[in-house]
Amino acid sequence: MLSRRNFLTAAVGVAAATGLAACAKEDDGSSGSGSGGSKALVLGFSQVGSESGWRSANTDSVKAAAKEAGYTLKFSDAQQKQENQISAIRSYITQGVDVIAFSPVVVTGWDAVLKEAKAKKIPVVLTDRSVETSDESLYVTLVGSDFTEEGRRAGKILEKVIAKAGLKGQVKIAQLEGTTGAAPAIERAKGFKEVMDADHADDWKIVVSQTGDFTRAGGKQVMAAFLQSNPDVNVLFAHNDDMAIGAIQSIEAAGKKPGKDILIVSIDGVKDGFVAMSEGKINAIVECNPLLGPQLMEVVQKVKDGKPVERWIKTKEGDFMQDQAAAALPTRKY
Amino acid sequence: MTTTPRWRALTQHHLFWPVAVLVLLLLINVPFTPDFFAIKMTDGHLYGSLVSIVLFGSPLILVAVGMTLVIATGGIDLSVGAVVAITGALTCSYISDQSDQGALAGVFLAMGIGLVAAVVCGLWNGFLVARMGIQPIIATLIIMVAGRGVAQLITDGQIITINSEPYKLIGGGYWLTLPFSIFVVAAVVAVTVALTRRTALGLLVEAVGGNAEASRLVGIRSRRIKIMVYVFCALCAGIAGLMISSNTSAADGNNAGLWIELDAILAVVIGGTSLLGGRFSIGGTVVGALVIQTLTTTIYTIGVPTQTNLVFKAAVVIVVCLLQSPKFRAKVFGARFGAKGGGKPSATPTDTTPSTATAPKMEVS
Repeated sequence: MLSRRNFLTAAVGVAAATGLAACAKEDDGSSGSGSGGSKALVLGFSQVGSESGWRSANTDSVKAAAKEAGYTLKFSDAQQKQENQISAIRSYITQGVDVIAFSPVVVTGWDAVLKEAKAKKIPVVLTDRSVETSDESLYVTLVGSDFTEEGRRAGKILEKVIAKAGLKGQVKIAQLEGTTGAAPAIERAKGFKEVMDADHADDWKIVVSQTGDFTRAGGKQVMAAFLQSNPDVNVLFAHNDDMAIGAIQSIEAAGKKPGKDILIVSIDGVKDGFVAMSEGKINAIVECNPLLGPQLMEVVQKVKDGKPVERWIKTKEGDFMQDQAAAALPTRKY
Repeated sequence: MTTTPRWRALTQHHLFWPVAVLVLLLLINVPFTPDFFAIKMTDGHLYGSLVSIVLFGSPLILVAVGMTLVIATGGIDLSVGAVVAITGALTCSYISDQSDQGALAGVFLAMGIGLVAAVVCGLWNGFLVARMGIQPIIATLIIMVAGRGVAQLITDGQIITINSEPYKLIGGGYWLTLPFSIFVVAAVVAVTVALTRRTALGLLVEAVGGNAEASRLVGIRSRRIKIMVYVFCALCAGIAGLMISSNTSAADGNNAGLWIELDAILAVVIGGTSLLGGRFSIGGTVVGALVIQTLTTTIYTIGVPTQTNLVFKAAVVIVVCLLQSPKFRAKVFGARFGAKGGGKPSATPTDTTPSTATAPKMEVS
């Protein structure tokens, strides 16, 4: 019994010591850097998690761009939990970093921690996703995509796709939505519907719409059911490439040709999406660019220097039709 | 209304309510999709809603069959979803490293590596539960949480896409015009039923679930039985992992098999296996898994709005569980549909093997 107790004490002691050491190490890193302008700029960045290929590309881009710019990056992964993110931001505040950047896990609940940052005069930059706060001065700017605009672009590019394919008559659209309640899913659907209602109220119709949870397996299963209940669907609009890739497999299993019998437009622009497009299975892709690291670093420098920045800095994104796929494929990093 | 003895015997059968719900769910689809039951030949294989249900339901059936035996010993295995992800991730990352992804030897080796990893997970669960005496829900929670992280580590957080025709067969291909996965499921179910009902194994599992200490005292190696069921469950999950990754030709460490443990437990419960352990019904579990998959497909085909998906699912599950409860049936429908012997609510219809559960116990001791 005694030996076990000793062992436990020792274990706890070791754990505590390691923890302390870790804290001390982090403190060392930041203590000097906040003081002088000659030292490297210190950026604290809290990422949502590593839930998708898009996200890992986003993380890599931020890390690479920080290195390129010569900034000291303090990176933490919140693993999809707001409490992790809040404690990471708090630790950046105590460390006295120059700028804090983060991709919020959820939309609300940030006021308290952002006020702490403001009290310490540390500017906050949001990346990729936005927050809802009572006080607009709590963050300086948002660097990220406009999901509603992506939906609109998808609608516009579908016009081109339909014209190119020479599709006549009623356009019957199946929509694969993202995760229910997620901002990209809601806003992409909204933007697409805006274009549809404004320009194609008569000839376009969304006949089925269901969530595929942004996954390949989800897209495949939902599309298989769609093809049973609405065999006359001739256009698929997927909120991301992965669902489109899954759906393509179901369309093929049903004996139809994706990209010909059913025209496909999707959003994101991941590598596998471009591969499918170069094979003629996806007709058009609206890019949602995760490589916002360089733009973020530019903004961080401006914010640090006290220069004015726009409230929402939109990421540079393109639209791709099938004939551009082969050329663009080698440039895809994610 | 008069009730014939035959009708009565039918409604008392432990598979009656699950099958009734399954049939009802299938019928609900007909007004929305008139040719729901139609099956036609497309590109040399059968195609139709029923085929899709079995194809997409196969992984769940496999996981649920493994889960049934674990639950029969009074345990539970929350780690199956993570095992699905690990197996798929390992197998696909090995195949993607091959120069010739279509080579049979490479594919078999890759599947072997994946399944060995699954078995190791099962051994770990069994070790913690049987040897260390940790409660199953805690012991298997470890791999449930950590395992997905391991899968993400293997795939580097990316989705690994492979292009291997032989590997595509197991979860997405066709053989003799039917989805190949149907044959895999049929083989696993047949072997499980044969091992548990034709040998004393099933009885031993039930004995351990009924009372582990008592069964140990009568000479059953209850620890070994427990380790065995966890390994079997993990192996089933591993095969399901191969199917899921093969179905989309991609390993998704983040989403493959996500929440499948809960669907599997639900399938086991709908199938009439008691969570207390001590008895089980493989047939019931298969029907239960098909009910869940049909429910999912129904939501997609009848066009339930996205926001109400889960509410719809919850409503159906509540109805199924209530129908399974003898007390509820006795209250609502009267004694006719209620408990056995005309109104003794103590006997449960989840009583899957009343004769074997009691009588041959003597032989074992």
